[in-house]
Amino acid sequence: MNIMTEQSLENAVGDKMNAKSNEVIKMRGDKVGVFYGDKQALFDVNLDVRLNQVTALIGPSGCGKSTFLRCLNRMNDTIDSARVTGKITLDEEDIYDKNIDVVELRARVGMVFQKPNPFPKSIYENVAYGPRIHGLAKRKADMDQIVESSLKKAAIWNEVKDRLQEPGTGLSGGQQQRLCIARAIAVSPEVILMDEPCSALDPIATARVEELIDELRQNYTIVIVTHSMQQAARVSQRTAMFHLGYLVEEGATDKMFTNPDDKRTQDYITGRFG
Amino acid sequence: MTDIPMDTMVRAAAHPRRDIGLKARYAAERRFRIYGGLAISVGLAFLAIMLITIVSKGYTAFWQTTVTLPINFDAKMIDPSNKRATDPSVLIKANYPKLAESALIAKLGIDPSNKPMVMKLKGFLSEGARVQLRDIVAADPSVIGTTRDVNILAAANLDSAFKGQIDLSVEEARRKVSDQQIAWMNKLKADGVMAEHFNTGLFSYGASSRPETSGMGVAIIGSFYMMVIVLLLALPIGVAASIYLEEFAKKNRLTDLIEVNINNLAAVPSIVFGLLGLAVFINFLGMPRSAAFVGGLVLTLMTLPTIIIATRAALAAVPPSIRSAALGLGASKMQMVFHHILPLAAPGILTGTIIGLARALGETAPLLLIGMVAFVADYPTTPFDPATALPVQIYMWANEAERAFVERMSGAIIILLVFLMAMNITAIVLRRRFERRW
Repeated sequence: MNIMTEQSLENAVGDKMNAKSNEVIKMRGDKVGVFYGDKQALFDVNLDVRLNQVTALIGPSGCGKSTFLRCLNRMNDTIDSARVTGKITLDEEDIYDKNIDVVELRARVGMVFQKPNPFPKSIYENVAYGPRIHGLAKRKADMDQIVESSLKKAAIWNEVKDRLQEPGTGLSGGQQQRLCIARAIAVSPEVILMDEPCSALDPIATARVEELIDELRQNYTIVIVTHSMQQAARVSQRTAMFHLGYLVEEGATDKMFTNPDDKRTQDYITGRFG
Repeated sequence: MTDIPMDTMVRAAAHPRRDIGLKARYAAERRFRIYGGLAISVGLAFLAIMLITIVSKGYTAFWQTTVTLPINFDAKMIDPSNKRATDPSVLIKANYPKLAESALIAKLGIDPSNKPMVMKLKGFLSEGARVQLRDIVAADPSVIGTTRDVNILAAANLDSAFKGQIDLSVEEARRKVSDQQIAWMNKLKADGVMAEHFNTGLFSYGASSRPETSGMGVAIIGSFYMMVIVLLLALPIGVAASIYLEEFAKKNRLTDLIEVNINNLAAVPSIVFGLLGLAVFINFLGMPRSAAFVGGLVLTLMTLPTIIIATRAALAAVPPSIRSAALGLGASKMQMVFHHILPLAAPGILTGTIIGLARALGETAPLLLIGMVAFVADYPTTPFDPATALPVQIYMWANEAERAFVERMSGAIIILLVFLMAMNITAIVLRRRFERRW
């Protein structure tokens, strides 16, 4: 499964992370297009997501980066008018294939949303919900174990361990977002999609979530949509720049931020538009 | 900052004031407030008039005048030929009013042989004494041969007179109570024998041609059956339909059409539902007339749109972020709805349901058409027996001429209003308590 495209090899040269030999393509978008009704929101996007790396999607508002992200776990299915063309693979399997169950896909490709959205239930229940519906824990002790390790991985365990039965909605915004990350981790997904996870957080909470993302990379593959150039530069290994529904440029983050090929990327990163 | 003397600073010239129509704007606002205040006060005034009228007319219905008499259950009177061991119907047919009358004659000290005086006693005690005494004997035949104090109902006219509702300045021939009866009444009152008691009969008696023995027992049971049927049918059907329409159905022409039609159904006059029930349930399906079951079905049809609209609104009010969160974790649509959306929408659904039920409870027109406007004296033991309903009972009493019936009608309105208020307050409390902010 160790597929390396020419392009990825080429990019790997400029990537300071290239010491890692894990340039494995976890997910791949092939000529992905999305229509909302008659309006096309995304055009022919070819983008690879590499295993155990953070891929940042950047671009001005309305450029299609969130749309692309939502294709990766078929959240666009929930919009009646949305239609996806092209092909997206997860471990070389077409996720839009008839044989793929969308519920199973979402258990493999988890998602963290822009606005922290804990369920109005206890902290424990928030984390336990996913494993419970997927039958991942047979006994209460197993569930406790999953909850604890998920909260630990999400770096929020110490803050909430004494109040697991309190409502998750009572936490601060940053804590809520980490709880949502813990909730996503609890299902043991392979890929975690994050849609501007820090946009509703203050700088301190943002820093904590960013640290967390960096830690999570060891075990998960992460795709993150962000409006913050600095955030993309800080947390990601690869960056993809979207504009008006097209993928403008994709490459190692270092290169994208220092020497982009496309003028639009250059302009966007330096703040000339966006 | 260095100190700069004030006078060295350049003063800005006062900017010329513009006329931006402030006066007119404030005047318009004042006028609008006055209109609003007026509109609300008119509404409140009418509400107050209605409540005051009903309560002032109706509160006396909760009191009933009785005469406490030592009734001698004389075996010779009840069972002259001593056949009760072999023929129990003797106990049913016995002349019980005579027992009450003799007790009253003795109490008033009238000579039993003075026929004209005895005749004047007619209409003093209620004919309901027959049932009252018969029930005592039927419950315990050993009472025969003994004497026991019984609160015999006073007749409706005496009841009204006792409550001071009969104008005694009207000449005797033109009122329903004679001077002699008034005199006796005052004597019994002075003796403490005649007194007002809480009118439990208002809640327990069925239909009767005599006001003092008529009550809302049958109507309360009928309304109760109907509410249970409406709740059991309309809530699950309405919630299921709403969930399907809101969460599962594709948004297209067909669902738009269904939505428009549900909204239209909510606005259909209730009498039309009555006609539908008459045509479908009674004439076509052959269900019994006057039955609470059919009434419940008709009210279910009427309540469904209300519940569906309220439920859909409650479901739609659950923020999309919760849906995304559940779906993003790999919950199926069904799990998303039943684990997250429905519990969050439950207070809204309950509120809508209670308001729908309250509307159904006060509904009269459709019940008239399916024959629930009937003289039903016996309790309906099942929903398939003839019954009436609270608002229909009010309607029937409103058609009676006697003043005691008018009093009972107002009493019934008070009871219905209390039920409705209790339901609406429950709805408000539920909404307040479980209201969520995301």
